[in-house]
Amino acid sequence: MTLSPAEWEAIRLSLLIGLAAVAWILPLGIGVAWLLARYEFRGKALLDGLIHLPLVLPPVVVGYLLLVALGRQGVIGQWLYSTLGVSLPFTWQGAAVASGVMAFPLLVRALRLSLEAVDPKLEAAASTLGANRWRVFTTITLPLAIPGLLTGTVLAFARALSEFGATITFASNIPGETRTLPLALYTLIQSPGQEAAAARLCVIAIAIALASLIASEWLARRTRQRLQERDG
Amino acid sequence: MANVTNRQSPAASRLTLQVEQQLGAFQLLAALDLPAIGVSGIFGPSGSGKTSLLRLIAGLERPIRGTITLGEQTLLNTQQGIFIPPHRRRIGVVFQEARLFPHYLVRGNLAYGMRSPAPQRFAEIVELLGIERLLERMPGTLSGGEARRVAIGRALLSEPQLLLMDEPLTGLDDARKNELLRYITRLTQQVDIPIVYVSHDAKEITSIADHLVVMKAGQVRASNKLDALLQRFDLTHELGGFDAASLLEGTVIAHDATYDLTHLALDDGHQLVLPGISAALGRRLRVRILARDIALSLVPISGTSYRNQLSATIVDNTILPETPYTVEIRLAIGTFTLRARLTRKSWDEMGLKQGMQVTALIRSVSFSAC
Repeated sequence: MTLSPAEWEAIRLSLLIGLAAVAWILPLGIGVAWLLARYEFRGKALLDGLIHLPLVLPPVVVGYLLLVALGRQGVIGQWLYSTLGVSLPFTWQGAAVASGVMAFPLLVRALRLSLEAVDPKLEAAASTLGANRWRVFTTITLPLAIPGLLTGTVLAFARALSEFGATITFASNIPGETRTLPLALYTLIQSPGQEAAAARLCVIAIAIALASLIASEWLARRTRQRLQERDG
Repeated sequence: MANVTNRQSPAASRLTLQVEQQLGAFQLLAALDLPAIGVSGIFGPSGSGKTSLLRLIAGLERPIRGTITLGEQTLLNTQQGIFIPPHRRRIGVVFQEARLFPHYLVRGNLAYGMRSPAPQRFAEIVELLGIERLLERMPGTLSGGEARRVAIGRALLSEPQLLLMDEPLTGLDDARKNELLRYITRLTQQVDIPIVYVSHDAKEITSIADHLVVMKAGQVRASNKLDALLQRFDLTHELGGFDAASLLEGTVIAHDATYDLTHLALDDGHQLVLPGISAALGRRLRVRILARDIALSLVPISGTSYRNQLSATIVDNTILPETPYTVEIRLAIGTFTLRARLTRKSWDEMGLKQGMQVTALIRSVSFSAC
């Protein structure tokens, strides 16, 4: 089957927004997961709760909160617009922010579990060998947490791809800008006589999801091999 | 049975510490002043605070109060708010478990702490520990003894100014223990890094330490040169019990090639004959003699197989409550002190008492070179 320009557009936007979402939440997620896995501090439970909110809140609420915070009249949005000239709502970057927020808890959960599984005794051993905190983290902790990092990243990517509620609320449904696969599918279902086109998009969505799962499995296996071949 | 080991040169810089640490109900309260040269053993039953002490020295733990200095450097001073983190202390640690990094090859593990590429030093250490053939293996494929040796090599290659070893023989079978102990002994002779060696095994620690710290319930019970502590009756039970021993030092003065024996001069008037040892003439050697391997005679005797007859004076004696059937004796031989143990019956029948001149009899075959 050949894809129509509109379908290509939706696929391109979905991948772009999914990747952008993962790209911005990955460093933040690693930092937060490390904090939660290795340190005790005041307000830890609160931070943990805040991070997990998108999992339990209706996505529309998250989208609305984003509008309140990042909209042009919003607390942060106003500052962003006046100092950097950046406006997030109704843009694909805004869609990436929304789907990233929704995917964030999945990433942090997977990462935190795998970071907690790394034996702190190995980190202590590395420090006695002269490695500072940063080197311990990049050479011992993170490499040993890579399986969880991959799982978390793929989960987050898949979540970002399928994000609907927060995206449509915050970034709207603009063809060529924020109309990702789920939004395109929703639009088709809304208009009579488009059942065949909707079915096609459905198949495409399934194909992309499967492909990313297979790719992650392949990546995980390759990383394990590379880790074993590595000689430092 | 007795052991013969080489001996280190006298002390230069020192490791001093004074720490107070609370871990749950356990309190560690220790003040120590150790020579930062040779092997200092920290000895005590499990739960006596040995490992905590080691972690404090390494900087892996911070005490409530205290100071730690190594040579000129202050590693810790809680009053002045000084705390040098572990990665800047240059103190190598060999942990109970090897703690090798599972995602690096043995080669990568060894190189992890190296400050600069030093192929020569790398090759030397690898050779010293006999791990040439393990370099391209993953840590997961090593046996317990192999993993410990790699861990020792990894710590040595980080060029530490002090090496801490926390029960490095734990969990190995006897054959592997002896093998690893030989490697460690070799290392203490060939590598010029002071070592603090923690163990709860009296035999292990008295065979390797120059200086010994005896810990009990979070406190330092005794800290002195090993040979001095071995002379103390009140530490007999802790330091070997049945295997209580003395350390004597001497100079190799002759080899008897015909019978393969080595002559060791303790001082001008006293010699020991040992099984042949491949040590150069003039070399200082440390000899370990078990108290129960010594017999006493009122007069020098002939027609006996005892090759070593040393005239001695009884300095003092005691009967330990644990062993009411024996008398523990300290003998002065020239400038040396030697422990002996007789049955109480022999003591009484021979009419022995403090200040008496006797002859100490030691069989040459009771020495074993290691």
